[in-house]
Amino acid sequence: MADSYNNSNKAYRRSIMLHSTIRFIVCLLLTIICLLPIYIIVINSTRDTADIIANGVSFLPGGSLIDNISKLNDPTIQNGAYTDTYNVLIGYRNSLIIAGFSTVLTVFFSGLTAYGLTVYDFKLKKFATTFILAIMMIPTQVVSTGFLQFMVKIKLYDNYLPLILPAIAAPAVVFFMLQYMRSSFPLDVVEAARIDGCGEFRTFLQIALPIFKPAFAVQAIFAFVASWNNYYTPSMLLLSGKLEQKTMPMMVTAILSNDKLTDFGVRYLAITLSIIPVVVVYLILSKYIVKGVTLGAVKG
Amino acid sequence: MQATSVKRHKMVSYAKYGYMFIAPFFIAYAFFMIYPLINTIILSFKGNGNFADQWVGLQNFQYLLFGGDNRAANAIHNEFMNSLGNTLILWAGNFVVQIVLSLLLAVWFSDVRIKIKGTGFFKVVMYLPNIITAASVAGMFLMIFGNSKYGAINSLLLSWQSILEPIPFINDVWSSRILVMLIQSWMWFGNTMLLLMSGIFGIDPSIYEAADIDGSSGANTFFRITMPILKPIFIYVFITSMIGGLQMFDIPYLLHEGRTIRPSLETGAVFIYQYFHQASPNYGYSAAASVILFVITAVLGVIIYRFNTDSTAPVKKRKAK
Repeated sequence: MADSYNNSNKAYRRSIMLHSTIRFIVCLLLTIICLLPIYIIVINSTRDTADIIANGVSFLPGGSLIDNISKLNDPTIQNGAYTDTYNVLIGYRNSLIIAGFSTVLTVFFSGLTAYGLTVYDFKLKKFATTFILAIMMIPTQVVSTGFLQFMVKIKLYDNYLPLILPAIAAPAVVFFMLQYMRSSFPLDVVEAARIDGCGEFRTFLQIALPIFKPAFAVQAIFAFVASWNNYYTPSMLLLSGKLEQKTMPMMVTAILSNDKLTDFGVRYLAITLSIIPVVVVYLILSKYIVKGVTLGAVKG
Repeated sequence: MQATSVKRHKMVSYAKYGYMFIAPFFIAYAFFMIYPLINTIILSFKGNGNFADQWVGLQNFQYLLFGGDNRAANAIHNEFMNSLGNTLILWAGNFVVQIVLSLLLAVWFSDVRIKIKGTGFFKVVMYLPNIITAASVAGMFLMIFGNSKYGAINSLLLSWQSILEPIPFINDVWSSRILVMLIQSWMWFGNTMLLLMSGIFGIDPSIYEAADIDGSSGANTFFRITMPILKPIFIYVFITSMIGGLQMFDIPYLLHEGRTIRPSLETGAVFIYQYFHQASPNYGYSAAASVILFVITAVLGVIIYRFNTDSTAPVKKRKAK
C-alpha cells in the first residue's frame, strides 16, 4: 500500500519535473528571441563598416566603438550630415521633458478622476463613468487631422504644450484605476479621515495615493513608455523639424531614412544610443513593475 | 436634528468635490479630443490642398469609398481600400500570435503546482521589447532584415551559402507583412502577459485547490475556471489591442528602405498621416478617412460591449446597485 503510494508519488513528481523542464526550455527560447535583435544591434555598433559588410552578425564585439562615436559627433564628415540629423543629448533631453511631464499629468489626473468617481456620489457620476468607458474606444489617430489643423490655427505647432497637456485626459488609465479602486479601496478610510478633520483633497493626496502606489507605479511606467515611444504626435506637430526640438525617435528615424549616411557602424550606434538609457532605466524599475502587478493582485 | 442637518450639509458639499475631482479630465478632454473630433468631422466636408476652405459636401467620402469619375479619385479609392485591408491583416496576424503566447505564459507563470525556475527573470526579459522605442525597433529590424546583401540576416545566409541571392525581406509583400506582425507581437506579448497575469493572480487560489481535489484536469481547470474569471481582463486586452491595431503606425510607416513607404504596409493611420503631412495638406481626404475609421471603431466597440454586457465588471456593478 505504502509502496504503491510512493510509486504514484514518484510518477507524479517526475511528470511535474518534465513539465517544468519543457516550460523552462520554451521560456529560454523566448528569452533568446527577445534579446537577440537587441544584442546584434549593440554588438554591431562596436564594429566598423567593412567588418559588418563582410559579416552581418557577430557575437563578439569589435573595437570600433570609440571610432563610431567620434564619427557620429564629427561635424566635418559630409558637411555635418551626422551632426545635423542626430544629437544624442538633445534627443534625450527633449524626450525626457515630454515623457516626464506627460507621465506625471496622466497618473495624477487619472487617479484624481477615478477617485472622484469612486468616493463621491453626485448626479452626473453615472453619466461620467459611462462616458469614460465609451470614449476609451476612440483612437487618438482618428482625431489627429482636426487636432493638427486646430493647433496650426492657434499657432501651437512647434511647441511642446500640445504634446504634454493632452496627457491629463487618459480614459484607458482612468478605466484601469477605476476597476482597481472599486476592488481594493476601503471607503471607510475616507470616512475615518473626515472624522479626523482631514480635508478632501488632502485625503486623496496623503491617504489614497499611498494605498494606490502599486497600481500607480505600473500605470506610470506604462504612461512613460507610451510617451517616450511616441513618434506619431511629435513628428506630426513639430513641423519645422529643427534639431533643437526633435525627440529621440525622430532623430533615429531621420538618420535611418537618410540614405547618404551609409556608415553601418554609425547607424547601428545611433539605434543603440536611443535604446540604452531606456533599457538601463527599465532594468532598475523592472522590480517595481513585477512587484506592482503582484501587490495589486493580493489586495484584489 | 443636529445629525440630519450635518448629514445634509455633508451630502451637498461632497457632491461638489466629486465634480471638482473629475473636472480637469473633462476640460482637457474637451479641448484636446472633443473639439478636434468635431473639427475633423467639419474638415471631412471641406476641400483639399489649396481649396481647403471650400465646402465639397460628401465628395471626399465618395472618392475614398467608391472612387469617382477621374483617375485621381480612383487612385485614392484604391489606396484607401488597400490601407483598410492592410490594417486588418496586420492587426489580426499580430493579435493571434500575441494572445496565444501571452495567455500560455501567463498560465504557466501563475501555475502553483508546476513552478518554472527564474520566473521573475523571464517576466523582466519578456517585457523588455515593449519598453524600446518603436522607431528604434523599426530601425533595428530594418538593419537586421535589410534587402541588400548587407542586411544582417542576408549576409549571414549568404556566408553560410544557404541562399545565392539576398532575399528582399522588406520589399516583398508577404514577408514584409509577416515581419510587421512578428515585430508587433515581439513588442507587445510581454505587456499582454503581464495584464493577463494580474487577472489570474486575482483569482482566489482556494478555487484551484477545490478543483484539484475534485479531480479537475489542467485543461478543464483552464477552460472552466481561469477563462471565465479572466473574461473581463481578456475583453480589456482585446479592446486595447483593437484600438492599438487601428492606430498601428510606427512600424508599418518606418519599415522601408528609400524614401517611400511600402504599399503592402500602408495602414489606415499611415494613410491619414500621409495626406495631412504635406506642404499643402490634404485635410479633406485625411479627415474623411479619420471619420470612416472612427465609425468602424465605434461599431466594433459597440458589438464587443453588447456581447459582453453581462460579464464586464463595471456594468455588472452598476446593475447590482
